[in-house]
Amino acid sequence: MVNDTRPVKLEIRNLNISYGGQAAISGVNLSIREHEIFGIIGPANAGKTSFLKAINRMDMFDRKMRVEGDILFNGQNVREWRNIYALRSRIGVVFPLPVGLPMSVYDNVALSARLRGIKEKAELDLIVERCLTRAALWDEVKDRLDTLGSLLSGGQQQRLTIARALSQEPELLMLDEFSIAVDPVTTMRIEDVLKELKSEMTIILVTNLVQQARRLADRTAFFLDGECVEIAQTEALFTGQASDPRTQDYVEGRFG
Amino acid sequence: MSHNHAIDRRNLDWYIDKAVQVLVFIGGISAVVFIVGIFLFITKEGIGFLINTLDLQEFFGSPYWEPSDEDAPEYGILALMAGTASVTGLAMLIAIPFSLGSAIYVAEFATGKTREWLKILIELLAAIPSVVWGFIGLTIMNPLIIELFDVPVGLTVLNAGIILGLMAAPIMTSIAEDALKAVPDRYREAAEALGATRWQIIFKTVLPAAKNGLLGAVLLGVGRGFGETMAVLMATGHAVNIPGSVFDSVRALTATIAAELGETAVGSDHYQVLFTIGLFLFLITFLINLTADLIVRGIRNS
Ligand SMILES: Nc1ncnc2c1ncn2[C@@H]1O[C@H](COP(=O)(O)OP(=O)(O)O)[C@@H](O)[C@H]1O
Ligand SMILES: [Mg+2]
Repeated sequence: MVNDTRPVKLEIRNLNISYGGQAAISGVNLSIREHEIFGIIGPANAGKTSFLKAINRMDMFDRKMRVEGDILFNGQNVREWRNIYALRSRIGVVFPLPVGLPMSVYDNVALSARLRGIKEKAELDLIVERCLTRAALWDEVKDRLDTLGSLLSGGQQQRLTIARALSQEPELLMLDEFSIAVDPVTTMRIEDVLKELKSEMTIILVTNLVQQARRLADRTAFFLDGECVEIAQTEALFTGQASDPRTQDYVEGRFG
Repeated sequence: MSHNHAIDRRNLDWYIDKAVQVLVFIGGISAVVFIVGIFLFITKEGIGFLINTLDLQEFFGSPYWEPSDEDAPEYGILALMAGTASVTGLAMLIAIPFSLGSAIYVAEFATGKTREWLKILIELLAAIPSVVWGFIGLTIMNPLIIELFDVPVGLTVLNAGIILGLMAAPIMTSIAEDALKAVPDRYREAAEALGATRWQIIFKTVLPAAKNGLLGAVLLGVGRGFGETMAVLMATGHAVNIPGSVFDSVRALTATIAAELGETAVGSDHYQVLFTIGLFLFLITFLINLTADLIVRGIRNS
């Protein structure tokens, strides 16, 4: 997509992140367009998770974490948002390990709506069913919506997490190595879900599986030791056209 | 074959392992033995009276406690139960919000040095002996209540309730704080990512996740209130009375045993009825713990 005309959803300029003086991300620049699936690959400790945390301002409670540079979400710097809760509610996050909150399946998915002040049962019912359906979980849990979310299997909990994120009606969905604790069949189902979601939101997909990036991402960035080594059309990276030899080594599995 | 033989010999690790197993078993079984032993002892001392003399209807239904009356002794513990219940109830009314509040502050808001200092302070408060609390009730709270509320006596349900509440709060705080700390951070992060504020995170995720531990803290406080003797002996006024308001003096079950057991002849009716009260307290405590256990298990299964 050389002449991409879609508006920019997220723009990162000269981003630096450090923990107590120790750099985790240094000098990252990139921009992500609306309805794009943007893949991020890279070995452990490359700074991928820190990068995501900076975007929805999850650095707030972590006193050691310092973020410098500009993060423009819809053109507005996230550091200048007055209401960071409103910011976060527009960004869905899926963590590496599934987090079924210790409440019923129903309450898990209804939580975000309730935080926004929606109280009406019929409306909540609708949100719960729609989000669970879209996360490919409805059929498995529709008869036991009142069991504890934390009692579902790992793969189900991860889809529950996705349903919960979807209930925010997010403009941006960030997934951090979602398939680490999920079986391959469920991983495939979630990947299908993501392909469909793309038409409605922008997705950042941090993944430990390079092939997953290949299957899903329009463009992919390779992070290494806090640096963004390169960003390219995903297909190019996997057809030997990576411009940096380190990227080439990583996608071919000779590395990390 | 000789090869296998050398490997299959019992070595030092095997013996240590066995020894530890035996020690742990003795430790576990001794707790049971002691409990059963105490139960049997109390029962033995109180059983004769319970079977032969005691009129249960009088015991639980009569507000008259006159065990040393030569001609017609009365053994009604209704007023004593009312004393214990009113003081414990008031104490919990004070201690629950206090301890939950401070536990939430220490676990969720305080950081670094503040947190460390607060924790040390709470542990210190929990270590104050109950006779000291009783003394505070007697010498500080008593005149204060008389002064503030313009009442004739300050050794009342109010006094003992406050003292007992303050006394139970630190240990309840400590346990509640442990329960909150045991909630994994990923729950907080997940709620945070949804756009929840600090309070929403606490009320919608942390407290529900910790409810078993919090319930444990509350029931421990109730148990403490029931069992506490010295402080209530000193702060209640020790008057047999069904309280009409918090400004009435009362007498607690435990305090009655403590105050009277030393002056009774071993084996006398009075001596035995005190043991019956002991048995009753024992059963109540057992029931409280059992209820806690069932509730906690119910929550886990649902
Ligand atoms: N909360 C934290 N406190 C201190 N250092 C951290 C923290 N989180 C991450 N780091 C450090 O920052 C670097 C990047 O970590 P992370 O963003 O988790 O990378 P990735 O997700 O790619 O594995 C690592 O060196 C890690 O040790
Ligand atoms: Mg990570």
